[in-house]
Amino acid sequence: MTQGQLLRVELPSDPSMLCVVRAAMERLTEALGFTESEVRSVTRAVDEALTNIMRHSYGGALNRRIELSCLRIHRKRAKSEEGFEIRLVDYGPKIDPAKLRGRKLDEIKPGGLGLHFIRQSMDIVEFRRARGANVLRLVKYLAQEGRDRN
Amino acid sequence: MLGGKSLQIATRALGTTTVFDVTGDIDLANSPEVRKALLGEIREKKTPKVVMNMTKVRYIDSSGVASLVEALKASRDVGNRLLLVGLSPAAREVLQLSRLLKIFEVFDTEEAALAS
Repeated sequence: MTQGQLLRVELPSDPSMLCVVRAAMERLTEALGFTESEVRSVTRAVDEALTNIMRHSYGGALNRRIELSCLRIHRKRAKSEEGFEIRLVDYGPKIDPAKLRGRKLDEIKPGGLGLHFIRQSMDIVEFRRARGANVLRLVKYLAQEGRDRN
Repeated sequence: MLGGKSLQIATRALGTTTVFDVTGDIDLANSPEVRKALLGEIREKKTPKVVMNMTKVRYIDSSGVASLVEALKASRDVGNRLLLVGLSPAAREVLQLSRLLKIFEVFDTEEAALAS
């Protein structure tokens, strides 16, 4: 098992799995000492990222593979600063990075909010294409208060 | 895959108002159900006031928010009202993050919404 790894699962691209993942994210982030607001942020980001994979990368197909792994990490050059990293891997077509910017919020219209929620909820949002897969890396650092609780 | 009923929508008619009592999380799995219920009431039945009671909605994702925005636009198109009641912290946060909280009529209680 990778150092710091807390959870590693494969799930189908079925929206009925979203509530299962949300429950897991809530329990994990609570156990790591995140505040209630931060727990909601991480849960929302992972849920929205999975939703994007299901809708856009897999086009609504229900049985494609998604890999989810969660790790406890430390910020580089600051060993005392702990964080929570989530990696999501899908095997859909290569994504145009221009489409990962999200839409502007000055217009009132339905849709296009998922990426905005992800970026606002996490400290790091990185996307890359590797070995035929789309890899999304999300990181949330634990505030001092949470580290003290742990 | 799981096949469970994670969302329930009950409907109450109170004079010219319809109240939707929604229980569960609103996400990609069931937001089309919410959209269909709201748009049916607003566009087809043209109910003057539609109240979305979200007291028992713990979580709503971007697809759920999109359904609410579409319903709000439909209600404005026909000159009627869509009111939201009892937003959870998570629901309030996503509406704030999307800068949409101010465009909805939001009430803490159903009584306040009905009296408005």
